[in-house]
Amino acid sequence: MELVLAIAIGVLITSGTWLLLRPRTFQVIIGLTLISYAVNLFIFAIGGLRTGADPVLHAVAGDLAQYADPLPQALVLTAIVIGFATTALFLVVLLASRGLTGNDHVDGADGTP
Amino acid sequence: MSAHLVIAPIIVPLLVAALQLLAGERRRRTAVALSLASCLALVAVATTLLLAAARQGDGGALTAVYRIGDWPARFGIVLVADRLSTLMLLLTAVVALATLPAALGRWQHRGNYFQPLFQFLLMGLNGAFLTGDLFNLFVFFEVTLAASYGLALHGSGVRRVSAGLHYIVVNLTASMLFLLGVSLIFGVTGTLNMAALAELIPNVPAHTRALLHAGAAILGVAFLIKTAMWPLGFWLPRTYAAAAPAVAAMFALMTKLGIYVLLRLSLLLFGNGAGPASGGFGTDWLLWGGIATIGAGAIGMLGARDLGKLAGYNVVISSGTLLGALGLQQTAVTVGALAYLVISTLALAAFFLVAGLLAPEDDEEKADDALVLEPYDPVEAMGRGDSLFADEDESRVVIPAPMVMLGVSFFACAVLLSGLPPLSGFLAKFALLAPMLDGHVRPGATVLFALTIAAGFCTVIAMCRAGIQIFWTDPERPFPQARVTEVGAIVLLLGLCLVLTVVAKTPLDYLGDTAHQLHAPEHYIRAVLSPLAEPRP
Repeated sequence: MELVLAIAIGVLITSGTWLLLRPRTFQVIIGLTLISYAVNLFIFAIGGLRTGADPVLHAVAGDLAQYADPLPQALVLTAIVIGFATTALFLVVLLASRGLTGNDHVDGADGTP
Repeated sequence: MSAHLVIAPIIVPLLVAALQLLAGERRRRTAVALSLASCLALVAVATTLLLAAARQGDGGALTAVYRIGDWPARFGIVLVADRLSTLMLLLTAVVALATLPAALGRWQHRGNYFQPLFQFLLMGLNGAFLTGDLFNLFVFFEVTLAASYGLALHGSGVRRVSAGLHYIVVNLTASMLFLLGVSLIFGVTGTLNMAALAELIPNVPAHTRALLHAGAAILGVAFLIKTAMWPLGFWLPRTYAAAAPAVAAMFALMTKLGIYVLLRLSLLLFGNGAGPASGGFGTDWLLWGGIATIGAGAIGMLGARDLGKLAGYNVVISSGTLLGALGLQQTAVTVGALAYLVISTLALAAFFLVAGLLAPEDDEEKADDALVLEPYDPVEAMGRGDSLFADEDESRVVIPAPMVMLGVSFFACAVLLSGLPPLSGFLAKFALLAPMLDGHVRPGATVLFALTIAAGFCTVIAMCRAGIQIFWTDPERPFPQARVTEVGAIVLLLGLCLVLTVVAKTPLDYLGDTAHQLHAPEHYIRAVLSPLAEPRP
């Protein structure tokens, strides 16, 4: 499972970085979104991967190894909310830029008349 | 002093911003009154906290720690008000108090929700200075950045939106790096509390230490993007030049937020107490990165063709000098760096305000005449590129008084920023440079020393050239009318620099204590982690 997750994060980061370096604002925002997905998965994974672990305390209090680490889950939740808000804001700026300059190049002009 | 005062710098702007949002855009006077009250309250609170921090023993054993919900530090969230934090709080409050009136005139009417965004920016900055754990640092960074996105775009227009677009992309990417770094550090150590991290780092097993260093390096890159270290800082001059003057003045403070975090983390986590494997991690990068940044900033400044960019490259040079000084990791140099940080922030904020008053207005930024209190005629449309040269405009009469005032302010800014003798800029630079010469310092110190002097010289050249072109080449050049509030803001900032020239002893002593506290983080760690810090009322 670790391998699958690592490959997934790697692919997301790679494609995100490639898109981030493209000249169109739409590609940039998709790239940022992919990178933020990858980062969220990464945060999730640092607590250690396991299947079937209890999220909260069970009826019988066992040892800690029985439970999933709750802190990365709290962190990833915060990161998702903040990432969502900033991406939404960026979308507005992107549309404003498109409206003001008449094209969707990141520099506001793509050399074509 | 109530123990709850520590959280006031976060709560006050938050409440004020919420009230302003409820009051809506119609009741501008209410919003302005609330903002002013909030800024004054912040200055008062920050002064109280600073005095309390200064009273603490020489070792700083009694760092004021505020545990939210009274959870012990390893589990809960802590706010820490030590000498450095309170210093930054006071600096923020003073710059905010000065820039707010400057924004009242023509700028706040150019867009919506200026005042609430300004308060949210203050909340984020104060929170980031106070927080004692890395994840809340991230949250407050994002609050600051989200508000700054809104403020950078304030006034709209093609130039602002396109500069804002770059600013947002760069900072969103930096935030992703921030998260990666934080999560790597958490993965290795299992905690995000800075004090607990500092305690754990010497004992990290060897096979995960590389991972910890990778996490710290990624985290560092996120802050270096914000402080605009070369080659990560190309976004800065353009964004700062495009932003409204009052906003740019606040942004000059925001780059110092990155410096603050680097100063705090590099000395706390990788200082003397970190053991041989991690001690001094990354300091070479800071030193040489700082040197490269000063070089890039000086070259950019000599080539800058408008006043906003000139100010932007001044910010870059200031960041570079501070980064280089951080890289040296010497107590005496840190004292000078703190002095330079305070003075350069005040001077840069004043310079952005002066530049905003001097620069001719673009066509696209024409004031909305329905809302402006005084009629304001923009100078005829001209490209931003040659804005230093204004065409003659016979229809306007030059009023000497504001021109003299602007000229003197410009000169004072130039003297402060280049570090020439009479004013406090010289004192700060001297305090920074003098310890680099004596004794056993790193090999890069001489390069940093020489380059800082050279950058000061380049500042003199660039500012002289700009000053001659603005004030002397064209005597008929019309000046925009300056309001009392705008002038008052500049006078406040520069007057503060002047006061700091005269009464340099007490502030420098305070900064000396601050540097000692930073270089001996055991007190900080003990104060934060002690289970019986102070009983909460």
